[in-house]
Amino acid sequence: MILTDLTIAQAHQGLKKREFSAVELCRAHLDSIKNKNKEIFAFLAVREDSTLNEAKKADDLIASGKDVPMLAGIPVAIKDNILVEGMKCTAASKILENYVAPYDSTVVKKLKKQGAVILGKTNLDEFAMGSSTENSWFGPTRNPHDATRVPGGSSGGSAAAVAANMALGALGSDTGGSVRQPASFCGVVGLKPTYGAVSRYGLMAFASSLDQIGPITKTVEDAKIIFEAIKGKDPLDSTSVESEISNFNPPAGGQIPNLRIGVPKEYFMKGIDPEVEKIIKQAIKKYEKAGAKIVEVSLPHAEYALPAYYIISPSEASANLARYDGIKYGFSKQEKSLLDVYLKSRGEGFGAEVRRRIMLGTYALSSGYYEAYYKRAQKVRTKIIEDFNNAFKKVDMIFTPTSPILPFKIGEKIDNPLAMYLVDIYTVSINLAGLPALSLPCGKVGNLPVGLQIIGKPFEENKIFETGKVFQTI
Amino acid sequence: MISLKEVRHIAALARLNIAKKEEEKLGKDLSAVLDYIEKLKKVDVSETKETSHPLASQLSIKNVFRKDESAESSQNLVGLAPETKDNYVKVKSILK
Repeated sequence: MILTDLTIAQAHQGLKKREFSAVELCRAHLDSIKNKNKEIFAFLAVREDSTLNEAKKADDLIASGKDVPMLAGIPVAIKDNILVEGMKCTAASKILENYVAPYDSTVVKKLKKQGAVILGKTNLDEFAMGSSTENSWFGPTRNPHDATRVPGGSSGGSAAAVAANMALGALGSDTGGSVRQPASFCGVVGLKPTYGAVSRYGLMAFASSLDQIGPITKTVEDAKIIFEAIKGKDPLDSTSVESEISNFNPPAGGQIPNLRIGVPKEYFMKGIDPEVEKIIKQAIKKYEKAGAKIVEVSLPHAEYALPAYYIISPSEASANLARYDGIKYGFSKQEKSLLDVYLKSRGEGFGAEVRRRIMLGTYALSSGYYEAYYKRAQKVRTKIIEDFNNAFKKVDMIFTPTSPILPFKIGEKIDNPLAMYLVDIYTVSINLAGLPALSLPCGKVGNLPVGLQIIGKPFEENKIFETGKVFQTI
Repeated sequence: MISLKEVRHIAALARLNIAKKEEEKLGKDLSAVLDYIEKLKKVDVSETKETSHPLASQLSIKNVFRKDESAESSQNLVGLAPETKDNYVKVKSILK
């Protein structure tokens, strides 16, 4: 048995039946990291000693004969914008290169409570701003399916770590597609939960009306296991809610009669790679053959989602990133005047893309432009939400591609910000509307994976999981 | 097109030191994105309200307050600052 090939569900069974120990399971993953990380560069930091100590504790728990939580002894990776106490948390930025997290984020606390073992921290686009993980101060992550290509982003390290069998599961954060798009590019499963379903305490804030933390895993079942562990209301994040996740009983035999699947015509118009389109349409056909009803729906404001996102997210980011000032923590340029400390610490500490977005947001919020940009974008956001509400009157789920294109070459888009932004065209609207959505691997072009995006109504994660699981049986 | 003067003005507002040779490229990049964003003007929003919380219409959204008490010792937070004195963060003087 190759321990790094297992899913979380399989590893849990194996641990319970004592087929192998948590120490063996974690050591296998540490070895895998040692072998592959030099090429893939998914991990920025690995904590070998404490990993094995925590694994030992999980083995003790299993030996004690007590109830074994699903994640006990399971080695996982955490995106490096989520705090793990005592470990560096860099956001892949020079400005936080030496920042050590003084406390655990709520999601990490919850994972640890179940006995999960934190292997280390994964690479990302600086402050989660990007779609390729090339905007990391420490260097790009490579796609395990083709090392000349990007793994997607911004949670590219987490997706690559899972795809290359360096971790059984991982956490990412998703502001405009940053969990789903890298999951699609790396051929793994990624969930962006409903806005508020998961606490963001200890996640470095990027755009607070959009950010969510979500799991990246090998299977839909595993995504559900991690989601169940991290969801719920948290007094330390007042936007979090106790979601009454609706129960959805999957019909027996993988048949899905009565399920109405909406396919928005606007998502198949221009800019989509015909090979991606073909594979997505085949996947939809499979659901139809299994008994689902396919309904064409319209999201008339779909083309305005990306421009609205590129006002709203940089505006919120420009406010959130004001905290990195060279005074409280992080990189600090010692200058004579306070103003120069700010200017030089931030000017040198932030990379090109982060500076661009801060500038864009500052511009959109500045005197005289606020009404024309930010306020208008927030009104367009309302229109986008209304579109989804109307579509969901007719259907239970909406299926789209996760990305219009296949994983692209490293360096291909890095000098053209707008071309890079267009990669997120199918994912940003979901964050604007606060909806849950999952990217599910549904085929390949050559060796490059394609992801199907399954979008649900708020707090209907379970329905998404069950619908996604069906794909593996039809 | 954003002028160099505007680039400098925004950089000053954002407290970002931008190197001279970068100003032009930054202005060009911002202009390209702003041109793309112009699209939003085509949407009729005369009767539409803004959204700041995506699920505001479905959840009962209200402000949440807590007592202003520290849960953990401030020492490990203050310790992260580059300059401290007596468990305070030290900053440059701004009053002459």
